[in-house]
Amino acid sequence: MIVRTALAAFALAALPSAAWAQATAIPASQAPAAAPTPAADAGGLTGSVSDENAWDDIGIAIPAFPTNVSVPTAADGGNTEALGRNLAQVVYNDLKNNGLFKPVGPDRLPAISFATVTFPQFDGWRGRGADMLVQGFVKGGANGSLTVGCYLYDVQLGKELAREGYVVAPADWRRAAHKCADMVYSRLTGESPFFDSRIAYIAETGPKGHRRKQLAVMDSDGANHRFITNGQAIALTPRYSPDYKSIMYLSYLAGSPSIYVYDIGTGHQRLLFRTKNETIAPRWSPDGKTVLFSMSTGGNTNIYKMPAAGGSPVQLTDTPGINVGGSFSPDGSKIVFESDRSGAQQCYVMNADGSNQHRISFFGGRCATPEWSPRGDLIAFTHIGGDFRIGVMTPGGGDMRLLTDSWQDEAPTWSPNGRIIQFFRTAKGSGQASIWQVDLTGRNLRRLPTPVDASDPAWGPVLP
Amino acid sequence: MPPQTNRRLLFATSAIAVSLGLAACSPKPPKSLPPAPGATTTTTMPETTAPQGPVPGSQEDFIASVTSDTIHFDTDMYNIDATSQQILASQAQWLARYPNKNITIEGHCDERGTREYNLALGDRRATAAKNYLVGLGVSPSRINTVSYGKERPVALGSNEAAWAQNRRAVTITVQ
Repeated sequence: MIVRTALAAFALAALPSAAWAQATAIPASQAPAAAPTPAADAGGLTGSVSDENAWDDIGIAIPAFPTNVSVPTAADGGNTEALGRNLAQVVYNDLKNNGLFKPVGPDRLPAISFATVTFPQFDGWRGRGADMLVQGFVKGGANGSLTVGCYLYDVQLGKELAREGYVVAPADWRRAAHKCADMVYSRLTGESPFFDSRIAYIAETGPKGHRRKQLAVMDSDGANHRFITNGQAIALTPRYSPDYKSIMYLSYLAGSPSIYVYDIGTGHQRLLFRTKNETIAPRWSPDGKTVLFSMSTGGNTNIYKMPAAGGSPVQLTDTPGINVGGSFSPDGSKIVFESDRSGAQQCYVMNADGSNQHRISFFGGRCATPEWSPRGDLIAFTHIGGDFRIGVMTPGGGDMRLLTDSWQDEAPTWSPNGRIIQFFRTAKGSGQASIWQVDLTGRNLRRLPTPVDASDPAWGPVLP
Repeated sequence: MPPQTNRRLLFATSAIAVSLGLAACSPKPPKSLPPAPGATTTTTMPETTAPQGPVPGSQEDFIASVTSDTIHFDTDMYNIDATSQQILASQAQWLARYPNKNITIEGHCDERGTREYNLALGDRRATAAKNYLVGLGVSPSRINTVSYGKERPVALGSNEAAWAQNRRAVTITVQ
């Protein structure tokens, strides 16, 4: 064996500058507009996700998005007519893969004309048994830009429920589809959107005893996958900044674990905090101005916070043993973290200044990797009791529920709207890891498609 | 060269040293003189076949000299048990012999822990080994520690036997 302290050559792939999707006005439809009241305000669809939710039985028809004139485009499909089918397919996949509604996609529906987009043929859709109808269009514009329109109709009422338009660069065509799916989802459930978001994670290859671990990013549906680091140094536990401009992650680049801040626009990175001690578990505050990290000194590990731009760390925990991680409440006032000060990993809450540290998990088994929901109502965590499972509880530690049941599910991360949780699952024996997601009912569980094995997912907020 | 061979050579060498030392303490004349040179030719052997141990102070020499380069831990534990104490004592002896050599202690965990906790636990194990060596007189400035958490298992199974092997602290000489 040799000492692994040599600085490896370390190529960082610069990502293209931040993608954009600009809102634009689109024509009203011929259908009368329904009162612009979110379903949640009408009552019945608020509160925790449960079997009472009516919307998962709503049938939604999503025909291909027609174009006025088919013109060449750099987006998938090569021309705007083919792209229109791809757009509808992404909207369909978003709604279907997350167990929301009962969508029917463009492959199983007749094509519609461009003029029909704003003049829906309700009688025909009623005959197909559709409750809701999503129609959209795509038009080629100046400099290769694309304008995508998205309309949601209530077929039974014969009314327009919502419409949005987006101008996107060809490379960002999927964002227009995700925004359309977000509009449909938000209007029908009253929940906040989440499809138009990205995930940072660790791509894994190689043998179990010497896994190659690379920082990678992808869209919330697994598309637009990119490697950021080349795998020469172990990379772990990434976190997107709230503005998507940078990613904090742990790297063995300098031989031992240190936290780096990678700038997505420039492809450069810097050490968060220069120390001879090991620094792990980087976290952002909700406003992106403060970061948490955990540092080992003399065998004990404690949690610190410091300005994201750099500065002096402030120690928040000070107990023998291991205090690690941390996740801010959405208002930034509190932090949930794990500590083994009681003898085994349990979850604790403290004020953001480190005061009033108190244990919240008392349900038997251990509590690890707590993550506060962006909605503030729940904390997701890894429940260790024999197997590792994903659980949720209230910020007071009550109403604990397990959402998964496998050999080793670990490290939950919340969708931007706090309705879905991603985590990684490790296979017994092979050690192969994969990213999965589950909704708060625990019923809609699926594996995310990734090009190679994957772990440590970190879901970013809805894109700006 | 496998470590077992090195250890055997080392044992043979020290046995010779011991017998020489005893001889020095009992200055009795030999009962008979050795045969005159040239009396027999069968005893001359080329010097090139003399045993060649590892380079003194090298990683190979360290492995050959110490009881083990690895100590093990119980689940979630970081205490240095009696077996580990004996192993670390042998490492401290080697370090006393080569005062210019530094070491890195790697702390490792089994796969049955969450990633970040294991990184902290691995650090704890490496630090515990370091502290024990310091207690035996090794300067802390000569010891670097690094935690690999559960990232670098040496046994690849998902069973108690494999996990027991992976809960370890490994000493590596800086060459």
